[in-house]
Amino acid sequence: MVDLLAGLLPPFVWRLIVIVVQIVAIVLPLLIAVAYLTYAERKVIGAMQLRKGPNTVGPLGLLQPMADGLKLFVKETVLPTNSNPVIFIGAPMLTFFLALVAWAVIPFDQGMVLADINVGILYIFAISSMGVYGIVMAGWASNSKYAFLGGLRSAAQMVSYEVSIGFVLISVLLTVGSLNLSDVVLAQKKMWFIIPHLPMFFIFLISGLAETNRSPFDLPEAEAELVAGYNVEYSAMAFALFFLGEYANMLLMGAMTSILFLGGWLPLFDIAPFNMIPGPLWLFLKICFVMFIFLWVRATFPRYRYDQLMRLGWKVFLPFSLIWLVLTASVLTAFGWLPNQG
Amino acid sequence: MSFIDRTARAFFLYELFQGLAVTLRYFFKPPVTINYPYEKGVLSPRFRGEHALRRYANGEERCIACKLCEAVCPAQAITIEPEPRADGSRRARRYDLDMTKCIFCGFCQEACPVDAIVEGPNFEYATETRAELMYNKSKLLANGDRWEVELAYRIAADAPYR
Repeated sequence: MVDLLAGLLPPFVWRLIVIVVQIVAIVLPLLIAVAYLTYAERKVIGAMQLRKGPNTVGPLGLLQPMADGLKLFVKETVLPTNSNPVIFIGAPMLTFFLALVAWAVIPFDQGMVLADINVGILYIFAISSMGVYGIVMAGWASNSKYAFLGGLRSAAQMVSYEVSIGFVLISVLLTVGSLNLSDVVLAQKKMWFIIPHLPMFFIFLISGLAETNRSPFDLPEAEAELVAGYNVEYSAMAFALFFLGEYANMLLMGAMTSILFLGGWLPLFDIAPFNMIPGPLWLFLKICFVMFIFLWVRATFPRYRYDQLMRLGWKVFLPFSLIWLVLTASVLTAFGWLPNQG
Repeated sequence: MSFIDRTARAFFLYELFQGLAVTLRYFFKPPVTINYPYEKGVLSPRFRGEHALRRYANGEERCIACKLCEAVCPAQAITIEPEPRADGSRRARRYDLDMTKCIFCGFCQEACPVDAIVEGPNFEYATETRAELMYNKSKLLANGDRWEVELAYRIAADAPYR
């Protein structure tokens, strides 16, 4: 049936259909995951504060994300008089778009990837750097002092932590010898990179928190001083897009951490009960684990002060990851473990 | 030495892991939430909620319009007009209580020589209009009739401590 259809249609139309179906197959579960991440966040933080979290809408409150989404959907998007409407509307769209588009190169299993490009990590890095634009545009176009300060903070913070993330990535790349994310996962067949690169795992995780503007690095939206930072002026669907983008970025960070350090779709041990679980499910479980850490951290730590944040980024993480990079390179060369030599 | 100690602690994220351990312990504790409209917390017999005017067992109202509550009320929420009844006893013609003024200090029930005005256990008497919070004598007596069992129990339970 499928082959018949493929024969009937012109090849480029058929390829377009296949790609659209693949995109939907990634984006739809992603959006559902984002919705339930907000639910998980409220449940986890509730449990850690001896509360129950949402429990009224549907069984165990499981329909709460739907109710929240519906609420945001039916509300009015307010355009501030002083704002620049085109950029104001464009900013959340850009954030959302970038958060989704990065998933194109994430491998869910051997060969299960939308775009198996050989510069996957570079692509992810480029996309996540562009995420700053959405926030800066929002801060600028809102024409409000809080939004502006929030946007500035966010830009400075994301740029700072991207540097150390870059060095962490390079250390991993040196051990793999490829920029392709599937190769990165396959290189962890014998040993997950969390073992040899343990300090880098922590630096990546913490930088990931800063990169996605999560607590304790949520200064851009510090309610106490900036009301809500760059999204003060946003309401309804425009706000929802920011929100979805932010949580999709968190999931992306989780996926990246899983792929770089926790062996992506590979099972915990390559023995009977473990390797019977399919690869995508393993990746899902690992992302859940990293997301739990994100929420756990949010429930535990108070917010950083801005100068402490900058100090941590530039004076601790940057030199440390740089030293680790040199150390990795030295060890690999000294023992002749460099992959793809010659 | 203390420098090395401090640096090592910082580098191994010692305090951070301690903090995480605390929150993880709490994560597995049962929540203390009371599912409010369906479950309710325990109230002390001394809890001071909505007011009520009580009656004697034979149905005679207790209040003798002595105006002690009106005099003691720091918010001046109570207004009483006394009148002699046909049988010669002194009763209140008007007993008005402005619930929007009341500060729930409980002085009125302390002042009352006949245990007529009391503050009951009810705190769920929100109204849709302000006017509904201007209680009159019949409303207060109705409250007394509604909560009498509870009110009698509370007075008895608190009696040993007075």
